[in-house]
Amino acid sequence: MQLIYEKSVPGRRGVKLPASDVPVASALPATLLRTEPAGLAEVSELDLVRHFTNLSRRNFSVDTNFYPLGSCTMKYNAKVLENAAALFAPFHPMTALLPGGAELCQGTLGMLYDLGRMLADITGMDEVTPQPLAGAHGELTGIMLVSAYHAARGNSGKKKYVVVPDSSHGTNPASAAMAGYEIVTIPTAPYGDMDLELFKAAMSDEVAAVMMTCPNTLGLFNPHIKEICDIAHSHDALMYYDGANLNAIMGKVRPGDVGFDVVHVNLHKTFGTPHGGGGPGSGPVGVKKALIPFLPQPRIVRDDNGTLLLQTDNKGTVGRMANFFGNFGVMAKAYAYIIMLGREGLIRASEQAVLNANYIKERLKPYYDLPYKMTCMHECVFSASRQLEHGVHAIDIAKFLIDRGYHPPTVYFPMIVKEAIMIEPTETESKATMDAFIETMIEAAKAAENNPQALHDAPLTMPVSRLDETKAAREQNVCCIG
Amino acid sequence: MSVYFTKEHEWVKVKEGIGAVGISEHAAHELGDITFVELPKTGAVVKQFGILGSIESVKAASDIFAPVSGTVIKVNEALETAPEIVNESAEDAGWMAWVEIADEAELKNLMTQEQYNDYLKTL
Amino acid sequence: MNDSHYCPHTPEDIAEMLSVIGAASVEELFAPIPAELRAKSFNLPAGMSEFEAFSRMQAIAADNTQGVTNYIGGGFYDHIIPSVVDHLSGRAEFYTAYTPYQPECSQGTLQALFEYQTAICRLTGLDVSNASLYDGGTACAEAAMMALRVTGRHKIVVDGCVSPFFRQVLKTYLFNQDVEVVEIAPQKGQLDHAALAALLDGSVAAVLVQNPNFFGSIEDFTALAEQVHGVGALLIGSVYPISLGIVKSPGEMGIDIAVGDGQSLGNPLSFGGPSFGYIAAKKKLIRNMPGRIVGETVDKNGKRGYVLTLQAREQHIKRHKATSNICSNQGLCALRGLIFLSSVGKEGLADLARLNRDKAEYAKEQLTRIPGVSVLQTTVTFNEFTLTLPKNAAAVVTGLLDRGIAAGVPLGQYYHGLENCMAVTVTEKRTKKEIDLFAKELEVALCN
Repeated sequence: MQLIYEKSVPGRRGVKLPASDVPVASALPATLLRTEPAGLAEVSELDLVRHFTNLSRRNFSVDTNFYPLGSCTMKYNAKVLENAAALFAPFHPMTALLPGGAELCQGTLGMLYDLGRMLADITGMDEVTPQPLAGAHGELTGIMLVSAYHAARGNSGKKKYVVVPDSSHGTNPASAAMAGYEIVTIPTAPYGDMDLELFKAAMSDEVAAVMMTCPNTLGLFNPHIKEICDIAHSHDALMYYDGANLNAIMGKVRPGDVGFDVVHVNLHKTFGTPHGGGGPGSGPVGVKKALIPFLPQPRIVRDDNGTLLLQTDNKGTVGRMANFFGNFGVMAKAYAYIIMLGREGLIRASEQAVLNANYIKERLKPYYDLPYKMTCMHECVFSASRQLEHGVHAIDIAKFLIDRGYHPPTVYFPMIVKEAIMIEPTETESKATMDAFIETMIEAAKAAENNPQALHDAPLTMPVSRLDETKAAREQNVCCIG
Repeated sequence: MSVYFTKEHEWVKVKEGIGAVGISEHAAHELGDITFVELPKTGAVVKQFGILGSIESVKAASDIFAPVSGTVIKVNEALETAPEIVNESAEDAGWMAWVEIADEAELKNLMTQEQYNDYLKTL
Repeated sequence: MNDSHYCPHTPEDIAEMLSVIGAASVEELFAPIPAELRAKSFNLPAGMSEFEAFSRMQAIAADNTQGVTNYIGGGFYDHIIPSVVDHLSGRAEFYTAYTPYQPECSQGTLQALFEYQTAICRLTGLDVSNASLYDGGTACAEAAMMALRVTGRHKIVVDGCVSPFFRQVLKTYLFNQDVEVVEIAPQKGQLDHAALAALLDGSVAAVLVQNPNFFGSIEDFTALAEQVHGVGALLIGSVYPISLGIVKSPGEMGIDIAVGDGQSLGNPLSFGGPSFGYIAAKKKLIRNMPGRIVGETVDKNGKRGYVLTLQAREQHIKRHKATSNICSNQGLCALRGLIFLSSVGKEGLADLARLNRDKAEYAKEQLTRIPGVSVLQTTVTFNEFTLTLPKNAAAVVTGLLDRGIAAGVPLGQYYHGLENCMAVTVTEKRTKKEIDLFAKELEVALCN
């Protein structure tokens, strides 16, 4: 398909601008003027509409395809959430920061405050900051809070390390490194969780925090999690909960009750806001009482009269993590989602997410290697090692699925599983959809034995076949010249 | 001229106090199509098993460790525009740097070709 | 089964699935969670229908004061959004997809991001762009971290005229790293060139400036770029993208890394987000860029296509050695930016920029006719300028809020000594009639 720039015709416009009702100002001095206008597309409105409509048709999406992308929680995104977020489009964030302006923003500030209370209840935390703009941004915020906590206790020089299991998301060590810590990685034991003995050996008073995803990226709930929290606390290390997999446990376990001190929540995973082709996400961070003094500013507080105010003079704060109050539009969607589902609805969502993952796990077990065989939570991780004996890799199975209309599961993650295939169906999928997917996965397993070439050739039905990623990385053509 | 290997799959060919350094054919194969080699700067002083540079393929990234301590006296600039040379000729044209060896006694910390071949069998 | 519209299983489905699994109940699947760890409380209210939920959201929105006329900017701007932006970005194939890990079934997102990167490169006059960052503040921080990596130095010099929010985010990001951040106090709403010259030496990794700056002043940073390059440092420019319709681009000035907030490009104010941060740089810096980057390539049959590229920089491969911890981007907001830019187009963006400036200049003229009101800066401005008032600006702004006018951003809370100043923004959406009324109301407020 042509690029929009290749459809450009000089002089065309996609929109008519409002007429001016004021005099023309004197021009900028020549030294401040750009020499020629930026080479943006010049297309009519219909050209523009056709271009982007046709581009959209070159995507798989939750609304068009089953999308069991493990670790990403691609659940259905209710349509009313879009309408709800649009209600807030006109509100300027600076209004709330003007002297006396917070009074004019009681609705929006109140929504953020209430969302924080609801997320605190769901995670067992004492206060939530809405500011972090995504999960990884929440991790960075959380680890900075940990750092501020240790510094306030006079321990900043002593605390040097953050401990992560080797099955963790790459963002965990990357965030901790950005917050100034060295990383200690603990291998996974044969039982599918961080090796407890190696963990104990690695712990010392120099550890600032332990970052855990629970259930972990293998979809397993760590039975030793309480013990891990206790050991960490005995070294004055704080426990960080990566909320990427919260969809498995709503109403069943609360990280705060288990002993976690800081948690981030991915609203775009657990709370049904759309993923937008890569974002925007939203990653509010919840903390226990001891960490409240360090929360980012402005912090939304409620005075005795119930009026919401912005606190900006807190000396202990880590600072500011984003322009304003976080991705408000995403939070409005999550708020609407939570009040719609309510207590029972959220519990049911987790229950059926876990039911669906276990169903797929049981049905595919005879056909694919399952390195960790215990009951899983919201996702299950297979290995294509059996198929590899026929020269078929996980990526070949993924491409075969594309031809059959399925977005592939996550492949090659977690890295500790060879040829990993990580399937997360989510609670919003029907049994019929999963049965059809399972049959296709079985077909792929059989093709691996009988006709591996068919898998190597896939996909055949897409606008493009497999792409040369080496060429892209070597040539770095990231912008259309012209 | 004798060649030695590290456990991290670098090689060093030693001649008259100068060591030519690169990554082994095994390592190049494991990485897949190499897309970028980050070379050290000429004049850089490196320590044995310290970081010398890094190498990237489409789906992996890895540090290159110095097999010997010393001073970098020359780098293979051809790799900056043609990293695929490492895939084509990892243990010859794909060399990365020449290091003026500070202490040849360090070579005893490395594996010979034969020892390295045996080591690969254990992986 | 009142929630069956989001959890579709019938009791029969559940029974069948449980029998395949070999579990007696759904609860049995949660057996790996020790009993003593079960939730101690979970007190959310009961759920409701989408109609009730939407009414509740309407009530929340109604709790905000409606219809305030905005002369405030501060990084977020009240601009027109063509209807096509909502309709096209609202196609579910875009907004319910995820990061395009599987390129063959994600060419829509990938090509759109490639077109977005192209638009940002052309707008900024730079060579390479990524697929977007979170927002303008974090983009400043990421650009600073790029410069620290590239130069191996440990000091960032920041012009105090850069948005205070961006500066705070940058300082927060760098707080735990071994980095010194030095700020230069503004001089009448402009960069203090002498103070900067005194600070420039071989220890500086980068200088961060903004155009137009928080006061609204526009400057040509061409000479500054040469000066900064002279000590081996990089020049980072935070730039308001709409201004680039007419103002000399970062590339033309010799700026190495351009960043900014993309809200003004087709994204609603939405109480502060989501928007997106853009980042563009000279080609040689590409390996140090953070975040997702889309690259052009070909498929097995030689057909053009797009993929995520240079992924070895990123956290999912390099973990703690990655260029950044960022994983997502603001893809949908960046898509809105692309649709906006493609809709107004090449000449249209220049027209829009001129329209903004015309309105602002008209307002400047009307407002400075009021006795005691003057413009702080001596430079030219774009659609934002700073007024010095004969009395405390915070009090004036508070008073005018009651009259339905958000008159400007009082600067006293961000800059000592500027308690009588406020930054006023006038976009193309403000009419002559509104501006005249604003002048009248301000005059009355100042008389009281």
